[in-house]
Order: sequence, then structure tokens, then C-alpha cells
Amino acid sequence: MELPNLSYIEELSGGDKIFQDKLINIIKKEYPVEKAVYIENITMLNFQEAANNVHKLKHKISILGLKKSYEIANNFEKELKEYSLNGQDAFDIILQTITHFLKTI
Amino acid sequence: MNCIIIDDEETARIIIKQLCLNIPSLEVVADFSNAMQAIKYLNNSTKVDLIFLDIHMPDFTGFDFIQTLKNPPKIVLTTSDSKYAIQAFEYSCIIDYLVKPIALPRFKKAIKKAQTEVSKENLAENAKNIKELNTVNNLYINIDRRLIKLDISSIYLIEAKGDYILVKTETKNYTVHSTLKKIEEKLPKKLFLKIHRSYIINVTKIIDIEDNSVLIKKEVIPVSRSNRPVLMKRLNLL
Repeated sequence: MELPNLSYIEELSGGDKIFQDKLINIIKKEYPVEKAVYIENITMLNFQEAANNVHKLKHKISILGLKKSYEIANNFEKELKEYSLNGQDAFDIILQTITHFLKTI
Repeated sequence: MNCIIIDDEETARIIIKQLCLNIPSLEVVADFSNAMQAIKYLNNSTKVDLIFLDIHMPDFTGFDFIQTLKNPPKIVLTTSDSKYAIQAFEYSCIIDYLVKPIALPRFKKAIKKAQTEVSKENLAENAKNIKELNTVNNLYINIDRRLIKLDISSIYLIEAKGDYILVKTETKNYTVHSTLKKIEEKLPKKLFLKIHRSYIINVTKIIDIEDNSVLIKKEVIPVSRSNRPVLMKRLNLL
């Protein structure tokens, strides 16, 4: 299982710690909200809305350097658009991993 | 280049702003979490050269946004998906397509393209203006079967008066049997602007603007609400 990292954020910041903290704080603020909306929609089987939520979450996944997870999310988004839940378990694990990671930084 | 950012995700907006800091010629003048706010801004603001636009936004997508713009500036699409690339290039205003997360080298490449496009456009516009100013200096008006030559730059105001128009110049006023629409077509757009259904003004002769009126010479001319944004865009505002 690949693990999240801050490589992209560090590279983007060019070593600017203030910017890094600012961006991490925004991610910490936005991510739980986006995740909660996704959980609500997937629970209610609102497939199209859930697909939109996964789409939005993909950006956070890619920012945190999770390349394989990004592909999993991409495929799950496509499944949701076809009214299928295939790939949900794998996607939910990614969300848990990110949740845990954000608590450690 | 003045640019704005439109993305419902704050993380994305912050990242693009940070990337813009690496390009000294690029200034982020505003950022928006939804397209409607951006439309309002563009209708009332000074020149925007470039828009970083997210495609995937709730309610109003990036493509919906582009379709609302009459004269869109150059646009760089930003998205988490590469699937819209083909659709994107159906729009001539879209000059590049960046897949998130955006890396600096790829971002720089997009800006270089944008700079080239904006320069081309500015050059073409300047050439057009120069040509317009050089070739159309005079206007002939028909008064009592006499064609009278007017120096266009001396006209400061044209007022509709029923079936006639009153052309006011630095030295004399002329009443001509014509319409505002007809004379508007003959005047250089760079100098003249219709600010009200009954008035065309020479924008270089404006003394001041207050609320919904402009002062030209000693005359206060009303500006209609619908024409005010266009007038504001024409001004070299500080």
C-alpha cells in the first residue's frame, strides 16, 4: 500500500515553510468536508453526486503523491457514473489512509 | 498579464497562486470559487488577459462559463481529468489544458503559450487601431446638399434628435438627417462610444465621470446602466 507524502507540496513551495503550512491547513480544512459529503452521497446511493465528490477528492489524492490511489479513484469515479459500486472498498481505504496521514502532519 | 483564477476548491486556487509567483509578468488580480462571481467581475472590471478555469464545478461548469462570455480572454483549463481535452480545443480562447496536480515546468510552458497569444492579439489590435486612426480622419456630412468635411477628432458629442442627429465639434454644431447607428458605423471605435441610446461620445474628451453621467466640455451626458461597464472598461483606471 502506497503512503501519502508531501513531495509535491515541498516542491511547489520552493522551501517556503509558511506556504507549506498554509496549504496543509487548507487541505486539512477542506478534506474532511469533501469526505463527509462523499460518505453522505454514497450512503444514499446518489451515484452521480458521489462521482463528483470522488472527482474532487482526486485532486487531494494526487497532491499527496498517491499515484496508484489516483488511478483507483479514477476507476471508481467511472464505475459510479455507471451506477456501480465496484472499487468502493479500495477507495474507502485510500480515504482512511489520508485521514490518518493528515492527523500526523 | 492580468489573470484571474476560477475554481471551487480553495486548495487548487492557492496552488495556482503559488505557481503564478514564479512568473514575474503574471499578476493574479482576483480569484473566485464559482463562475457566477467571475462573470460579474469580468463585466465590471478592467482588462483580464488570462483565466485559469476549472472545468468541474458544481452547478456551472467551466464550459458553461466560457459560453456566457462574448469576448473571452485567453483561458487555461485546469482539471483533474484529461478526458475533456478534445472538447477543450473546440474553443479558440482555450490555449492550454493543465491536469492537476500542476507541476511548475508544465505551468511555465502554458504561460509561455499564453504570453505569445496575448502579444499576438495586442499587436493585431494596435495595428488595427493605427490603421483606423490613419485612414479615417475625416467624415463628410450632408447639409443642404453640401458635403461638409469634419475632422473626426474634433467631434466630441453626437446626440440623437428624432430623425436627425446633432454633431457637436470643437468649433461648430451641425444638425444632420441621419441616425446614431449610421454615424456610429463611420466612427473609429477606439475614439467613440455609445453611452446612452441618444448619445455617442468621444472618449478622449471626457473630463470626469460621476455616478451615471459623464462631463464633456460643459455638458453633462447620461450614461445608461447597460453601457456603463463598457465605458469603465475603456478607461485607463488607476
